[in-house]
Amino acid sequence: MSDVEPQTPDEQAPEERETSAKQEPEETPGFLDLLRPRTTLGQLAGGLLCVLLGFALVTQVRSTQRDTTFATARQDELVGILSDLSQRSERLRGDLRDLEGTKAELERDVQGGTALEEARRRATTYGLLAGTLPAEGPGIELLIGDPRGAVRSVNLLDTLQELRDAGAEVIQINEVRAGVNTYFLDAPGGIEVDGRILRAPYRFLAIGDPHTMTTALNIPGGVIKTLQNAGASTTVTPRTRLTISAVRSG
Amino acid sequence: MIALIGLVAGVVLGLLFEPTVPLWLQPYLPIAIVAALDAMFGGVRARLEGIFDEKVFVVSFVSNTIIAALIVFLGDQLGVGSQLSTGVVVVLGIRIFSNAAAIRRKLFGA
Repeated sequence: MSDVEPQTPDEQAPEERETSAKQEPEETPGFLDLLRPRTTLGQLAGGLLCVLLGFALVTQVRSTQRDTTFATARQDELVGILSDLSQRSERLRGDLRDLEGTKAELERDVQGGTALEEARRRATTYGLLAGTLPAEGPGIELLIGDPRGAVRSVNLLDTLQELRDAGAEVIQINEVRAGVNTYFLDAPGGIEVDGRILRAPYRFLAIGDPHTMTTALNIPGGVIKTLQNAGASTTVTPRTRLTISAVRSG
Repeated sequence: MIALIGLVAGVVLGLLFEPTVPLWLQPYLPIAIVAALDAMFGGVRARLEGIFDEKVFVVSFVSNTIIAALIVFLGDQLGVGSQLSTGVVVVLGIRIFSNAAAIRRKLFGA
């Protein structure tokens, strides 16, 4: 240690005296003189310590390079890092809660999506009822032949109303789709339905329960009886699959 | 010369074995190394001034490292470990600089 007060040669041990004595004449030895090997026990001990120093130095440098952050940190630094991490974790947990809320809202929105699907389904139903959509399903086909021109508009209206009463959902008369405001007018050579002149034979396509509709049409004093009394021929054919392609605009 | 060889040998050994610092030693090794560096510079300076003594060198080397590590240990126990180790490093750094200045003056006369 340099700061230790220099020992005078007199205090030194005899064997060290020789080495000191050799370098004593030159008060300030040169750099090369430093490198001159001297093999005393003390020198060897110093060399050993230097081995230790170099070893520890490299070891420490290596370990510092290897794990930079935590291994060399002190306890209070680690506590600081830990509290930082806790705060960050708390913040992230808050973010998580927010995101969970958003997710729940989105899930509720998914249920809104089912409501939308429901609304779409009902829109389809109403479209079918209003006649704006083509339809397909089981039903009956009613063919009214009119060889004598005896069928009036009122007969067709009765037929339509009877079919509606029997639960027909979608009705087509020849190429006209029946709607809520369908009207029948007697016209020369036929019957005007919704602005179109229909001629015999009149063909009703009705989607609904075939059995119910057939029964309803065939009741005594009913539609078919009236038509037959008027001299028209009627044929009711149940169909398992009817396609009604005529649509009403709007 | 032996010291220089020893230093080089130690570095080579460290590079060869790639030892890991044991956990209990990790807070104290850096401070001990700085203290040892200070002792080494002091030894070189003493040698240049012609007052070098191996016994003093060895004793100061060992005691410096031990005391430095002890101070840090004590600081850790007292809860001021990082501040104290900073203080120790500052003091040792100042000493290293003054020793280096003395060596420079002896070697180059400036």
